[in-house]
Amino acid sequence: MTAVNSDSLFGLDVIELLALASQGDRRALAKLISAAERGNPVPGIPLDNATSSEQFCIGVTGAPGAGKSTLVSALVDELIKTEHSAAVLAVDPSSPISQGALLGDRIRMQSLATAPNVFIRSMATRNHKGGLALATQTARRLLQYCGWPLVLIETVGIGQVELDVVKTADIALVVLTPESGDEIQANKAGLMEIGDIFVINKADRPGADSLRRDIDSMLSRRTTAYRPLVIETVASKRIGLEQLVDGIGIARQQLMESGAVQGRRRAQLAAELEQQIARDLMEALERFSDGQAFSELLSLVASGEQSVSSAAASASRQLLITRE
Amino acid sequence: MGAVDSTPHNRRVLMAKTGLDGHWRGPTIVATALRDAGFEVIMIGMAKAEEVVQAAIDEDVDLVGLNIGGHVDVAVRAVESIQTACEGLPIFAGGVVPPHAKRRLEALGVEVYPPGSQLPEIVDAARRLTNTA
Repeated sequence: MTAVNSDSLFGLDVIELLALASQGDRRALAKLISAAERGNPVPGIPLDNATSSEQFCIGVTGAPGAGKSTLVSALVDELIKTEHSAAVLAVDPSSPISQGALLGDRIRMQSLATAPNVFIRSMATRNHKGGLALATQTARRLLQYCGWPLVLIETVGIGQVELDVVKTADIALVVLTPESGDEIQANKAGLMEIGDIFVINKADRPGADSLRRDIDSMLSRRTTAYRPLVIETVASKRIGLEQLVDGIGIARQQLMESGAVQGRRRAQLAAELEQQIARDLMEALERFSDGQAFSELLSLVASGEQSVSSAAASASRQLLITRE
Repeated sequence: MGAVDSTPHNRRVLMAKTGLDGHWRGPTIVATALRDAGFEVIMIGMAKAEEVVQAAIDEDVDLVGLNIGGHVDVAVRAVESIQTACEGLPIFAGGVVPPHAKRRLEALGVEVYPPGSQLPEIVDAARRLTNTA
């Protein structure tokens, strides 16, 4: 039996795995996430009330070494006092050379290692750009389908442009440290534009005050209705976590009431829908290219009877008609 | 679009340390070699048996690597817990493993790579144990 190495678990298919996972079977859930990572479709995860759902997703991002894993670990500890359970998707980069990866976020989450109400999954980017793995969104949907009320997504250590987490999560925490730069950095585009909450981690180090001033000054020039919170923590010493949990509660309430979260979820669904349509069309095209109609068109183009663009237009029409 | 099961980059290995001995150098070197061979290596550091089991399940790994430190009984307990919870999941082990401990672990089906083992040998074992050789 090779069940441990394949997408099947005791010979079950995806639909049966989904049923098992939704009843709380972690093995089935883990297998489904693996299937998604391998690029296999996980068909038909029902999205119950997708845009206004009470289930919530927090993205945690920031530069390498900012203390994201330690913060997520401490934060989950604090959150499960009131939220009953929480799941973490921790993303680390794959090597572009070997495709391998060292996934070390779990080391810093050891205190959560055997909590039955905590699910931690390490994901390699598998060279997907944007700071997340391609399957991260599917993994989040799977977790929520299986009843996990709260999903935290920890991105790879990012620069200023890997901002996919904003599209995937309901709110974004940007983790900064006193060493992370000066006022100019605070005003640069990208990372500093996406935070719903700015966490100054390692706030016991010199420079925390001036970083706070820089962020406050940047935020004071914002014209948006929602004013991001700035919260200081020392995650390794569990300082500031209660304030952070309170801050998340406040941000969540405000951004739900204003409709911002619902808007983000709708935009995410639109992107997923587009991607799925693109995949479907691409498959249809591949089938069409292998067929008789395509070779006939090709002959017409080759003999000069039709231009490439008019042949393509005729092909597109046939493609759309023949799609069931 | 079937499962791309022949490529090693889909293979996931859990690396854990059992027992109290604090050295993390050996597992780190092995983990790096496995990464360079295309494996996704999940590190959990020092871990009790139940922590290894939970990680192996949630992370859906194809192989568990145990660094044995301290008493072999601790390692044997970890191996038995993994084998009970994850039937068929291959396990290999390294670290300072005296001959009697090696025999006990091998009797449980664990491949043991004591000090002096060569990295290519360990990487080959990982490939073979995850059917990617």
